[in-house]
Amino acid sequence: MLFSNTEDYEEFSKGIWRDNPVFVQVLGMCPMLAVTNSAVNAVAMGGATLFVLVGSSFLVSLLKGWIPKQVRISCFIIIIATFVTIADYTLLALIPTVHKELGAFIPLIVANCMILGRQEAFASKSTPRLAVMDALGMSSGFMVALLALGAVREIFGTGTLFGIELFGPAWEPWVIMILPPGGFLTLGLILLVFNWMSQRKAMFLERVAEAEGSSQ
Amino acid sequence: MNSKDPDLLLQTAPFLRQGMTTPSAMMDVIIALAPATLAALWYFGNSAVLVISASIAGAVLTEMAFVPRQRRRMILMDGSGLLTGLLLGLTLPPGLPMWMAFIGGAVAIGFGKIIWGGLGNNLFNPALVGRAFLLATFPIAMTTWTAASEGFWTFRLTNFDFPFTYTEIDGLTAASPLGLMKFDQEATDVMQLFFGNTAGSLGETSSLLLILGGIYLYLRRDIDWRVPVSIVTTVLIFSGILYSIDPLIYPAPLFSVFSGGLMLGTIYMATDPVTSPTTPLGTWIFGIGIGLLVILIRVFGGMPEGVLYSILLMNAVTPLIDRFTQPRIFGHQRSKKT
Repeated sequence: MLFSNTEDYEEFSKGIWRDNPVFVQVLGMCPMLAVTNSAVNAVAMGGATLFVLVGSSFLVSLLKGWIPKQVRISCFIIIIATFVTIADYTLLALIPTVHKELGAFIPLIVANCMILGRQEAFASKSTPRLAVMDALGMSSGFMVALLALGAVREIFGTGTLFGIELFGPAWEPWVIMILPPGGFLTLGLILLVFNWMSQRKAMFLERVAEAEGSSQ
Repeated sequence: MNSKDPDLLLQTAPFLRQGMTTPSAMMDVIIALAPATLAALWYFGNSAVLVISASIAGAVLTEMAFVPRQRRRMILMDGSGLLTGLLLGLTLPPGLPMWMAFIGGAVAIGFGKIIWGGLGNNLFNPALVGRAFLLATFPIAMTTWTAASEGFWTFRLTNFDFPFTYTEIDGLTAASPLGLMKFDQEATDVMQLFFGNTAGSLGETSSLLLILGGIYLYLRRDIDWRVPVSIVTTVLIFSGILYSIDPLIYPAPLFSVFSGGLMLGTIYMATDPVTSPTTPLGTWIFGIGIGLLVILIRVFGGMPEGVLYSILLMNAVTPLIDRFTQPRIFGHQRSKKT
């Protein structure tokens, strides 16, 4: 079973919602804004990041006993770069058109602070099993965020989703949405909704706690 | 002696009231814009009514949706949403679909004002934010100019486009004077520009009425005269230099001043007290910056019109200008540089 105990599930699920790398930690903004002008690009980027994060988290947590503390960052980077190179050439071989659109942002996964952050904060301190769970959760959360942004931008910017036309030929594309400003605007709005929701939740919990306190 | 008619009246300060409140300042600008708005009705017929009311509706409804219920009445009654919608509407082309104007108004208030902190805290002029958004989002619809209508009831079909659609119409379009200048090197007569019988945005065509409104605003002390004067002077001098170099390529100084959105932007948008510097020296820097950028964008840039981006760019550096032009406080020494 994938989630044979609650600890695994806990590490997996926190990355999707509670500690979402994009919406809560606001990490990995560079690929987030750069490649999300269509849903396909977003999925490809999310998939590449998932592969790199899971692979390097696993390897780092296996090798954590051998990596000297002083040079750990450079060791992490070398491990991450290995997986990025694999992802780069795999994408080039399998889907060259998407690879061309993503361009420099595939090699730049190395510099994604979310990935290095997980190695430093989690993988280098835990067992391989939990590290993989954490990596899976975090990259799924990243994928969800990329897809949310990519879908909104593609729907407004071209009237399509995954290349399928949604509204017919009369649809007037919102050109700004596939340009960089559209990325910033959409991300800002999504963050706004996210913060608003967590604020509402906190207020609700506070009220519940109050009601419980007064009833006793 | 009773309390209603006392022999001795006791009051606390302040005794002198300035009388200028936010609603009255907003009302002044709306009154000043009235002639230009009426001219828009005269030249562009019912399209002016449709586009301007759609953008006002977008602005006011968004403001209503965003502000807390307790303060809704007060915030809506100050007229700033109405003014933003009106200003935005005046910068839009007459053939714009109503739904686009509505979205422009919503973005102007939602992004341009509410999210940046509300009235008095916004970094950029809200109406220009709305226009910049529309220009980047619907570039074709925003740069399709139609000539003045023959009568009030000549409908422009694009106004009634179903939301999220747009039909491109050939034949009825006319190039704006700036477009003619940029792409065909063909100058429009300055007197025509002055009275406004040209293609262009709804409220920008008649410089005369805009200047009249500006004089009214100056007399009511709502705007700082330095802003329009510095912008117009800079544009005159800079385009004069270029014109003297080669009159065939570069536009004449008077043409530069009266064409496009320069008058509308200069008098009603650059002077926005929130987004322009507060010190006299800063105001001069601000105005000269806008004037230079306008000519640079118009002459050397890719677009025919540059007023919008010049004002937004100078809005962005306004806090910096304010910081570097603080006057010396009386009795204090300028702090020595270390």
